Amino acid sequence: MEIKWYIGLAVALFCTGIVGVLVRRNAIIIFMCIELMLNAVNLLLVAFSKMHATSAVGMADPSIVSNAQIFVFFIMVVAAAEVSVGLAIIVLLYRNTRSVDVNFLNRLKN
Amino acid sequence: MSNVFQLVWLIPVLPLLGFIINGLFRKKVSKTMAGVIGSGTVLASFIISIFVFLSVKEGNIHVAHYFDFINIASLKIGFDFQVDQLTTVFLLIITGVGFLIHVYSTAYMHDEDPKDFAKYFAYLNLFVFSMLLLVMGANYVIMFMGWEGVGLCSYLLIGFWFKNNDFNSAAKKAFVMNRIGDFGFLLAVFWLVFKIGSVDYNHVFNVVAVAKTNPLTTFDITGITLLLFVGAMGKSAQIPLYTWLPDAMAGPTPVSALIHAATMVTAGIYMIARSNILYTMAPVSQCVVAIIGLATAIFAATIALKQNDIKKVLAYSTVSQLGYMFLGLGVGAYTGAVFHVMTHAFFKALLFLGAGSVIHAMSGEQDLRNMGGLKKYMSITHITFLLACLAIAGMPPFSGFFSKDEILAAAFSKSPLLWGVGVAGAIMTAFYMFRLYAMTFLGKFRGTTEQQHHLHESPKAITIPLIILAILSVIGGWIGIPEVFMHGGHRLEEFLSPVFAQSNAITEKHVISHSTEYVLMGTSVVLALIALLYAWNRFSKYQKTAKEETGLGKVLENKWYVDELYDAIIVKPLMSVAKYLNNVFEKKGIDGFVNGVGKAVNYGSRQIRLLQSGQVGAYILMMVLGILAFFIIQLFI
Repeated sequence: MEIKWYIGLAVALFCTGIVGVLVRRNAIIIFMCIELMLNAVNLLLVAFSKMHATSAVGMADPSIVSNAQIFVFFIMVVAAAEVSVGLAIIVLLYRNTRSVDVNFLNRLKN
Repeated sequence: MSNVFQLVWLIPVLPLLGFIINGLFRKKVSKTMAGVIGSGTVLASFIISIFVFLSVKEGNIHVAHYFDFINIASLKIGFDFQVDQLTTVFLLIITGVGFLIHVYSTAYMHDEDPKDFAKYFAYLNLFVFSMLLLVMGANYVIMFMGWEGVGLCSYLLIGFWFKNNDFNSAAKKAFVMNRIGDFGFLLAVFWLVFKIGSVDYNHVFNVVAVAKTNPLTTFDITGITLLLFVGAMGKSAQIPLYTWLPDAMAGPTPVSALIHAATMVTAGIYMIARSNILYTMAPVSQCVVAIIGLATAIFAATIALKQNDIKKVLAYSTVSQLGYMFLGLGVGAYTGAVFHVMTHAFFKALLFLGAGSVIHAMSGEQDLRNMGGLKKYMSITHITFLLACLAIAGMPPFSGFFSKDEILAAAFSKSPLLWGVGVAGAIMTAFYMFRLYAMTFLGKFRGTTEQQHHLHESPKAITIPLIILAILSVIGGWIGIPEVFMHGGHRLEEFLSPVFAQSNAITEKHVISHSTEYVLMGTSVVLALIALLYAWNRFSKYQKTAKEETGLGKVLENKWYVDELYDAIIVKPLMSVAKYLNNVFEKKGIDGFVNGVGKAVNYGSRQIRLLQSGQVGAYILMMVLGILAFFIIQLFI
């Protein structure tokens, strides 16, 4: 398949993720949107890696094909770590304000 | 004795030390200590000056280089002292008369409390230091340092009793008028540096005297000399910058004697005498100097005719005599002018100190109309004052006769008109001086009985300087006996001839015959004698009347309304410009601008504070917008 479909899908997912982060009030939904953005990026990386593998057989540096796929694993690990920390913060936030509404956070300033 | 020149730096440094000690420790020194330190340092300088004089008399002159003061590119100005004949004459006058005045001050100022007493002596010593720096400098810059210093000390000493606002205004007036003159002086120095590249006397004079090496056009020399004369106008109280001197009588009388009679005001004469070659090469400037000098001499003499304050008469007399000195310089009689400086220092200091003695005895009264008949209470003051009056009136064989006559003879050889006006001034001088004498010492006492009980002769510390100065006023002229009386009798001219040699080589000599000179002398002496006797006769019978002055007398009494004129032309416009600048420019403009910046910052910060809403969503939005903007810029620019 042509690369443009994969790019289009990844961009759509990314934009959805951004808009979700900006618009939604629930903190957990915001986290889900962040994950969405990260996954969109992963998709893009894997797609490009496959593209190079099929179009450039016999290149000087054969490891170029698998670089992006290894990078995807890094991203997934970082996402996991970040989610655990973020959820811990949300639990504490809930304990203090009894809600997960992000707009209530401005109470912290008092 | 040429090794005495190694000690030449001590001459100004000793009074400086006196200033530092009396100044820093003024709360701790007793009155006697302060007096001893103050007078002792000047006495030591005087003794060294005598040795220097003896050495210079044998023909040794000396330029001592101490350190490089300014050393930029091709401009080298060293801190140098030059000791030659002209310097020595002034050194002896300054330290000698200065010492006598210091001794006098110990008695005159004895009513002050110890720290003011010490402050007074500190200022006096600082003044002597600056004046010595002025006459000993070997270039115009060192002279200027001394020039500024004496102006400053004049301000400090006139305003010595600073609790009185009028005295402060007088001090400010003196300082500001001096400053105007200083501006002219500085411009002249800059011009010299620009054209010749040096301000050193020897360098400048040698370069200018030889036509081949002279880079200055006549325009340059005239400009420089005129600007230097502007400086002299301010410092030595010539028209139009003379009005500060009568007001300066607000200071203590010994200050008037030292600064405004014997030394500071003669700084201008020293400067022109030192630059004589420059003036000889600019006849236009010489003309200007002579005319302004003569005009001042006459103008001030007319004002003195009608003054009623003893010190004001003497002040105007000083302005008038200074005019004579400048007349002498303007007609090329440099020796005559310096001679008159010397004799004037003696008799004017004597007159001021005598006036101080009278004021002291009259418990502070200075108005002539309330004095009279003091001769039987204060005989020493009376006799010395009389001798001084005879000297200033130009009666032979007192000192004033010889010096004034030399100037008048030189004026005659330039133009009989100058001589005629000069003689008119001499007649007026004799008249007002003897009016002063007669109203003070002759006739009946016109003061209160209270004052009469207090009348007494002053203590020794006051009368001994008076006696010494009186002796000098009598015999001081005998070093300058002109050719007509005794061949080779003009010792002073012989002594000073190396200083004026370059000028004398250029000027053509107008020699007047002996018979003409006898006629001139005789005329001036006889006319002055008539004026003297008339004044003596009329004012010894003076009665106090309540009559107001009218007509010309009133104009003279009000000093030709010159102060009022300056007030209207210069002071009021300046004040209104200052008020305008203050109210509009300063308050609305600059203050408005500065306050406005503050207000703008205040407003801006209030708006920016609203960004911090505490809403996470807003923060994330801003982050995203920032990244977007970054990308767009990267891709499209």
